[in-house]
Amino acid sequence: MSKDRAEWPLYEVFIRSKSGLSHRHAGSVHAADDQMALDNARDTYTRRMEGVSLWVVRSDRIIASDPTETSAFFEPAEDKIYRHPTFYDVPEGVENL
Amino acid sequence: MTDSLSIYVQRLGDNALVLGQRMVELVTREPELEEELANANFALDYIGQARMFYQYAAELDGEGNDEDFYAYRRDAQAFMNYLLLEQPNGHFGDAIVRQYLFEVFYLMQLEGLAACNDQRLAEIAARAEKEIRYHLRHSRSWMLRLGDGTEESHQKMQRALEQAWRYCGEFFYSDAADRGVCKTLGLDLPEDLQSRWNEEVNELLSEATLERPGTPWIREGGRHGKHSEHLGYLVAELQHLQRSYPDASW
Amino acid sequence: MYTQGLDQKGQANVSEIESPEQLAAFQARIDAEEKIEAKDWMPAAYRRTLIRQISQHAHSEIIGMQPEGNWLTRAPSLQRKAILLAKVQDEAGHGLYLYSAAETLGVSRDEMVQGLLDGKAKYSSIFNYPTLNWADIGAIGWLVDGAAIMNQIPLCRCSYGPYARAMIRVCKEESFHQRQGFDIMHKLCNGTDDQKAMAQDALNRWWWPSLMMFGPGDADSKHSAQSMAWKIKRFSNDELRQKFVDVTVPQAEFLGLRVPDDALVLDEESGHYRFGEIDWQEFHDVLAGNGPCNAQRMERRRSAHDDNAWVRDAARAYADKQSAKAVA
Repeated sequence: MSKDRAEWPLYEVFIRSKSGLSHRHAGSVHAADDQMALDNARDTYTRRMEGVSLWVVRSDRIIASDPTETSAFFEPAEDKIYRHPTFYDVPEGVENL
Repeated sequence: MTDSLSIYVQRLGDNALVLGQRMVELVTREPELEEELANANFALDYIGQARMFYQYAAELDGEGNDEDFYAYRRDAQAFMNYLLLEQPNGHFGDAIVRQYLFEVFYLMQLEGLAACNDQRLAEIAARAEKEIRYHLRHSRSWMLRLGDGTEESHQKMQRALEQAWRYCGEFFYSDAADRGVCKTLGLDLPEDLQSRWNEEVNELLSEATLERPGTPWIREGGRHGKHSEHLGYLVAELQHLQRSYPDASW
Repeated sequence: MYTQGLDQKGQANVSEIESPEQLAAFQARIDAEEKIEAKDWMPAAYRRTLIRQISQHAHSEIIGMQPEGNWLTRAPSLQRKAILLAKVQDEAGHGLYLYSAAETLGVSRDEMVQGLLDGKAKYSSIFNYPTLNWADIGAIGWLVDGAAIMNQIPLCRCSYGPYARAMIRVCKEESFHQRQGFDIMHKLCNGTDDQKAMAQDALNRWWWPSLMMFGPGDADSKHSAQSMAWKIKRFSNDELRQKFVDVTVPQAEFLGLRVPDDALVLDEESGHYRFGEIDWQEFHDVLAGNGPCNAQRMERRRSAHDDNAWVRDAARAYADKQSAKAVA
């Protein structure tokens, strides 16, 4: 009967597990509206004290990078090792650097 | 005083247990998977509250009973819950209406109890209050979605409301036990909560495009063991194992 | 709670557009233990296999709520009631996580649910058996969840990232399920004669169906090899079944219960228990829809879905009205 009816939209759920940490992707829920999405996220993903803050966002609103462009997107960073502190030799005797 | 306080606390426990048991019956019958999780959370909250109230009643009674004594070893007529809570589940909207109408009242009752001068009861109420505040957010939004959703849902909700309405009068009726306890603990009498309840419910109903029913209220019944026929079955099912194997522990 | 090595039809017909280079590169990623993510290129057969397996797994969780849900209203103490409810709720959650994982592969939850309601999709055979006494709740936790854990722990390392992540969450939450089952059995086995009889009766009825949960024997399991190569599956059905028997028989002995298998014997040399022949006819009958509770389970699922269509519709309609108002 509900075959031709649209299902409730999908939302992605992000949880901050404690203050000081960033929100992290936990999973998704279906919901008819934003408040329901937040409630469903609470009832589904924080049953074991997993969080202190929740974000939900419609899955179709997320802008994602394209896996076929992974090399163009991310590989150029590979040869810029001078961005990492371990690239540099610290002369012996120098501290607090 | 202890006697009427114990009765008062048992009534709170009975309300929580009977509504919790009705919610348990809804498991696997919810409209969407997410709603299964929500309903189970609410039922868990109510069973947890029943346990806390019964544990306290057992302390007050001092007869060596435990929480399960109150749930499993009393006859249906010894239960003192509101009639509304024992009504069969009906459809999803019926359950939401029942939950909403009760929880508007129950939250006010818990707010009072959380600030009362019986420390044990205040602690239990403070915990329950947080839970019910969230429930109400949920039941309130469903009242709106279904009341102002489709023509079909609107009609179903109006009918559900009319059926549940008659039982709401019981919330605002006090007997000698209530009056004694309210006085000692520094609580508002139930009848004093009625205008706030009316205000909140009227506002929500109008937002949900539902009409406030004119059905007359039944003033009292369940709290003195005068139940509807439905409670006997609920209790029989609940107590089956403990009654069939009275010597066993589980 | 469970995924079973069920029957698979018409898979592995690799589409022409998948070049040998693509397939080799994909297999190389798998062999290097890289995780495959939702938007990555993957062979159509890999995708189909996962959709089938994850959705069956999700359906099993959802249908699996019913046999245990059957004792929720009659749980013998308030604490047992709360524990059982928390467990049944977890199963709803696990179904939800798994449907979400499958949705990343481009199938909607509606389509999957419709497949179940139309009787096209399968779910674990175990949930078509009835729960007849309270000890069945203990036996399900102890045996069925025990078997499920054997099967699910390796899935946490499955090559498909979203499935592996869902399984990590499931396994973490499920760690109390088996223990609460064993705890119920332990209490019964130390209780009255009636209670001991309940426990033995439950073991008698749940033992063989639990062994069937691992799916057909390796010789008859059609697609295990491909699933192993793709690292969707890490151990064969028979390996997992043997492991389950080896850990469970001593637990039954501890409880003072008799495993209903006259052929059961410890092979001292290998350290493994040898057990009797599984009634595969029964397994296939149950899978084909002729188990004791198949019709009842599906009927409950269908009525929950169909009778509540008005609720889902109303929520959509309300949301549409609200967004129209917000725009205006």
